[in-house]
Amino acid sequence: MKGAGRAAWVLLAPALLLIGFFFLLPVAAAAILSFTDFDIYAVGDPANTRWIGLANYATLLGQPVFWRALANTCYFALVGGPLSVLVALGAALMVNARVVRYKSLFRTIYFAPFVTTLVAVALVWRYLYHPQYGLLNYVLGAIGLGPIDWLGDPRWAMPAIIGLAVWKNFGYSMLILIAGLQSIPQELYEAAELDGAGGWTRFRYVTLPLLRPALVFVGVITTIGYLQLFAEPYVMTQGGPLRSTTSLVLLMYEEAFRWWRIGYGSAIAFVLFVIVLVATLLQLRLQRGESA
Amino acid sequence: MSRGRRSGLLLHALLIAGGGLVLTPLLWMVSASLMPTGEANSYPPRLLPSSVTLEHYRTLFTRLDLGRYCLNSAGIALVATAISALVNSMAGYALAKLRFRGRDGVFRFLSAALVIPAQVTMLPLFLLLKQLGLVNTYAGVLIPSLASVFGILLVRQYALALPDDLLDAARVDGAGELRIYWSLVLPVITPILATLAIWTFLATWNDFMWPLIILSDQSRYTLPVALANLTGEHVQDTELMMAGSVVTVLPVMAAFLVLQRYYIQGVTAGSVKG
Repeated sequence: MKGAGRAAWVLLAPALLLIGFFFLLPVAAAAILSFTDFDIYAVGDPANTRWIGLANYATLLGQPVFWRALANTCYFALVGGPLSVLVALGAALMVNARVVRYKSLFRTIYFAPFVTTLVAVALVWRYLYHPQYGLLNYVLGAIGLGPIDWLGDPRWAMPAIIGLAVWKNFGYSMLILIAGLQSIPQELYEAAELDGAGGWTRFRYVTLPLLRPALVFVGVITTIGYLQLFAEPYVMTQGGPLRSTTSLVLLMYEEAFRWWRIGYGSAIAFVLFVIVLVATLLQLRLQRGESA
Repeated sequence: MSRGRRSGLLLHALLIAGGGLVLTPLLWMVSASLMPTGEANSYPPRLLPSSVTLEHYRTLFTRLDLGRYCLNSAGIALVATAISALVNSMAGYALAKLRFRGRDGVFRFLSAALVIPAQVTMLPLFLLLKQLGLVNTYAGVLIPSLASVFGILLVRQYALALPDDLLDAARVDGAGELRIYWSLVLPVITPILATLAIWTFLATWNDFMWPLIILSDQSRYTLPVALANLTGEHVQDTELMMAGSVVTVLPVMAAFLVLQRYYIQGVTAGSVKG
């Protein structure tokens, strides 16, 4: 068994070195960078870096665009996240219903958007949202609505991005919820039926409580993912109009790689990190509190 | 009975309508890519091309050099897939089956690292790779995908089910630990390796932000970066951009459809662990 110890570390070494050097070290470095004024001069020569304490964070809190990006990111995660989970739940219940035939075909179709390349489908949706020639406004026009300038109107740009995100991501959550539904023992439904419970009662008192762990997992994954919003606004709106779709990550990218304010950008990254952490802990507590 | 029949019909109608809705953007993308120039920007919007043309695909692969970006993307995704399958499976197996001091610590540490968003690492990683001379290289694009916490935990979960007797028998026969991993464990865990491989391939192919940051030389762009760059000058050429989107999406869609079973296993395995 002594050999096993050494062999274990040999087997672990490549992965741990890669993760340590290119993931954990940068996380620590990001924390340090956020307390410095690392900028274009420091990119040329790191010796030009100065320690400025909390100044980046202070500047950040005084910038309206930061608060705007924070609000946009929360809007996207808090509206888009639950919406994705709801659509996923609806789809999972339908696909998993006993009477449904061709289950795996529907499952594959609903899941397909998830595997597509985000940049490519964001382009597709940009044209679907076109105020004049887009398919969406045409359909809305046929029932007497609109036209809406989806990506050009600050009120509608974020809902439009949420539409794309829900379409692209709900299939992933749906698969996990289907697996959750299938793990609920059939006898429970039969017993409830014998007791005269209707469809809604069975859903409320059998399905929902037993699906809770899967729902929380899906909620956590979706929230973490949505807080990292970047490519959709980058491709569809460049953060506009009037900054209405600028997310924290997009702001970080602009500050760091357009203006080379890397210290400042790192502060934004750390704010994001803290938000992700808090969101995760909150949702996990939600689960524990209910099951205890 | 007839009530059950009716609700069954309604359910199928809803599912088909939903399926149509989900597929519309993808079908329109394909259809628009085959339309003559200008036809996708007409009122009322056309669903099908008046006459099918491959002209936009031709433009993409001749004048706009899209073949080059396809090769870049394919090369990067394949290398990342191969290396990460090896690296992650070694670590995952060791965590599952070998007893050593610090194993629980390593496992807890990795599980905790799952919540750190990758974007937090990107700015320092860029500076680090700049010091190493890896900015604007394929190696620079690859580095963050070579080992993944998710991959390690996925393999570990699967390898936990390997029977210890089998491994012990090999040890009694005098096989070394690395030999056991290579010729005994690897063949048995191929299903999860397939899952890991298809996940890595799709994730690397679809990745946008990191290649966007690390690559500056256009000839090294991956497809998503090239596509986003292309919209800059060709935003009005709807049909051309849709052809570019088809070329980008088609390979991953095909890979998914062929290896669907393995891919979906990765989705559900991930949720069990949580």
